Amino acid sequence: MALLEVTDVRRAFGGLAAVDGVSFTVKPGQIKGIIGPNGAGKTTLFNLISGLLKPDAGRITFRGRSITGLKPYEIAGAGLSRTFQNPSLFLQMNVLENVMVGRHCRTRWGFLGCGLRWPGQAREERAIREAARAQLDVVGLAHLAGWSAGALPFGQRRMVELARALATEPAMLLLDEPASGLNTREKEDLGRLIRQIRDRGITVLLVEHDMSVVMGLSDDLLVLYNGRPIAEGAPAAVQNDPRVIRVYLGEDLQNDESGGDAPPRAPATPPATCCSR
Amino acid sequence: MPRLRLLFLLALFPVMVAGAQLGLRAAGMEYCLTQLTMSVYYALVVMGLCLLMGYAGQVSLGHGAFFALGGYTTAVLTTHDFSGIRACAGVGVLERAGLLVAQQDLYGQAGLSVAPWAAFAAAMLLTFVVALLIGYPALRLRGHYLAMATLGFTLIVSKLLLGSALTGSADGIHGVPEWKLLPGLTVSGRSALRVQNYYLACGLALLLLLGLRNLLRSRVGRALLAIHDRETAANAMGINTAAYKLKVFVLSALLAALAGVFFTHYTGGIAPSEAGALKSVRYVALAAAGGMANLWGVTVMSIALNYCSLRGWFGSYDNAVFGALLILIISLAPEGPLKPLGLWLRRLAGRPDPERRTPHGAP
Repeated sequence: MALLEVTDVRRAFGGLAAVDGVSFTVKPGQIKGIIGPNGAGKTTLFNLISGLLKPDAGRITFRGRSITGLKPYEIAGAGLSRTFQNPSLFLQMNVLENVMVGRHCRTRWGFLGCGLRWPGQAREERAIREAARAQLDVVGLAHLAGWSAGALPFGQRRMVELARALATEPAMLLLDEPASGLNTREKEDLGRLIRQIRDRGITVLLVEHDMSVVMGLSDDLLVLYNGRPIAEGAPAAVQNDPRVIRVYLGEDLQNDESGGDAPPRAPATPPATCCSR
Repeated sequence: MPRLRLLFLLALFPVMVAGAQLGLRAAGMEYCLTQLTMSVYYALVVMGLCLLMGYAGQVSLGHGAFFALGGYTTAVLTTHDFSGIRACAGVGVLERAGLLVAQQDLYGQAGLSVAPWAAFAAAMLLTFVVALLIGYPALRLRGHYLAMATLGFTLIVSKLLLGSALTGSADGIHGVPEWKLLPGLTVSGRSALRVQNYYLACGLALLLLLGLRNLLRSRVGRALLAIHDRETAANAMGINTAAYKLKVFVLSALLAALAGVFFTHYTGGIAPSEAGALKSVRYVALAAAGGMANLWGVTVMSIALNYCSLRGWFGSYDNAVFGALLILIISLAPEGPLKPLGLWLRRLAGRPDPERRTPHGAP
C-alpha cells in the first residue's frame, strides 16, 4: 500500500496553472525524487503536500487518511515533515533549541504546566533536549549545539534544518532541493545521510535540481514539466525517456507526436525556418 | 550556568527591593514607596507586553485598555450599590457565600456591593472574553492587524468610560474599598500599610516573573520565538501558530487586567486616563526600553521610568518623554539600551560576546 497518494492535484495562481493534474504514489521505505526544469511546479507541489498551499482540486492521502486542505501543523503532526529550499532556521535561537522546536508536535505541556514547571513538564523538557541532541548527532553537528543558528554557514544550516525535521519523528520526509548551494563534499555527505535516514525506515520524497544527486539516490523518479507529470519510473528508464531528454534539452513537447497530452500553453520554440531567412 | 544565574537573580531582586525600602526610610522619604508600588503594578502590564511583543512578535496598542478594563470592573462592582436587587431570588445565597458584602459609601450611606475577590474574578473573566473576541479574528491573519484592532479597542473603551455615568465619566471612580487578600495582607493605600503593600506588589511581580521565565524556557517559549522569527516554518514544524498567538495575547491581557485590579484597590480609584491611547503607547515604549524580549530588563526599566514619571520629574512633558524614548530606541538601539550596555561590560571584563561566536572560531 502506498504511504502517500497524490491524486489529480491542481493549483493555479491567477491564470497560470502551476500544478495541473499531478498524480503519483510513494511507497513506504523508498527514496522518490521529483525533477523538472525551472517553473515545472515542483516546489508548488511540495507546498500543496505539506499544507502551505491548498489545492484547487484533487486529493492527497497519507497513511490511508486524507490530508487534503489540512493546516501545515496538522500535517506535521500526522508524520509528514519537510525542509525548505532556503534553510529557514529560527535565528534568535541556538542550534539545539532549533532542533528542540521540532519536538513540539510530539510533546504536550501547555501554558499553565510550563509556567508552574510541573514535575512532569520538567521531565518532558529533559526528554526534548535529549531527543534533539540525538538528532544533532545523526547529522553530525552535536558539537555545535550551543552556537547561534545565525552564525552557521549555509551547508550546516541545511543540516540543522534536517535534524529539526527528523525531530518531529516523521514517517516521511519532504526535502526541497536539499543539495542546492552545497559543495561536492557536502553533497556526498548529504547523499549518505539521506540513505541512512531511509534505512531507519523513513520514506523520503525530494525535489532536486542537481541530476547527479537525484539519479544516484532515488529508487524512483517523477518528472514534471509545466505542472504536469511527463514520466515516472526507475532513474535509468527515466533518463532514457525521449520526452525527458527533450524537456531537458529545452525543446518543446508540442512538436512531439507522443506528447499529445502536453500543455498547449507552453511557449512555442520558433521553427528553424524563421531564422534561416 | 542558567541555574546559577537564576539563583543570582532570585537573590538580587529581594535585595534590591529591600534596599530601596530601607534606603528610602533612612532618607526619611518613605512616602516615595507609594509611587514605587504603583510603578511595580504598571510593570506587570509591561511584562505581559514583553511576552506578546518581544517573544511572539505581536504588537498590541490596547494594554492600557485592558488595565482599565480590570480596574474599572473591580471599581464598579465594589463601589456600586446593588441593594436594589435584594428582592431577587438567590441574592441571599450570594450574600451568605460572601460574594456580596455590605459597604458604606463616602457619605456613610449603607449599601450592598460585590466582594473584592468576586469582583477580581469577574474582572479576569470579562478580560478573558474580551481579549478572545479581539484576538481571535485579528490573530488568524499575519501582519499588524492586532495593533490596529487593539488601537480601535482602546479608543472605544476610553470613549465609553468618559461617556458613561456608571464609570464616573471624566472623574473616574473613587472610594474603592481595600482588598483583604489574606489575613494580615491587605491591598490598600493607607499609609500604615505602605511598606506592606510595597512588598506585596514586589512579591507578586517576582512570582509572575518566575512563572513567565519558566514559560519562556519551555516548549511554549520556543514556539513563541519560532512564530516571531518564521511563522511559516513554525507552522510546518507542528506549531499551531494561530492558537499560540491567541493564547499569548489573552495571557498578556489578563496580566494587564490583574495589574489594573491591584492598582485600583491600592490607589482607591481609577481614572479614564488609564485607558487612553497614550497610556498604551507608553507601555509599548517601556517594553522597547527594556529590550522587548528581556523579561528582567523590561521589568527594571518600566519600574524606573514609571517611578520618574509618577514623581513628576518629566513635568508637563510626560507623554512627550515616552514618545521621544520610543523614537530614540527604535532608531538607535532596537534591542534596547540594556543589551549593548551588557555587551560593553562583558568586553570590558574581557569575556567574548556570545553573539559573535562562529563555528570557525570554535576551540
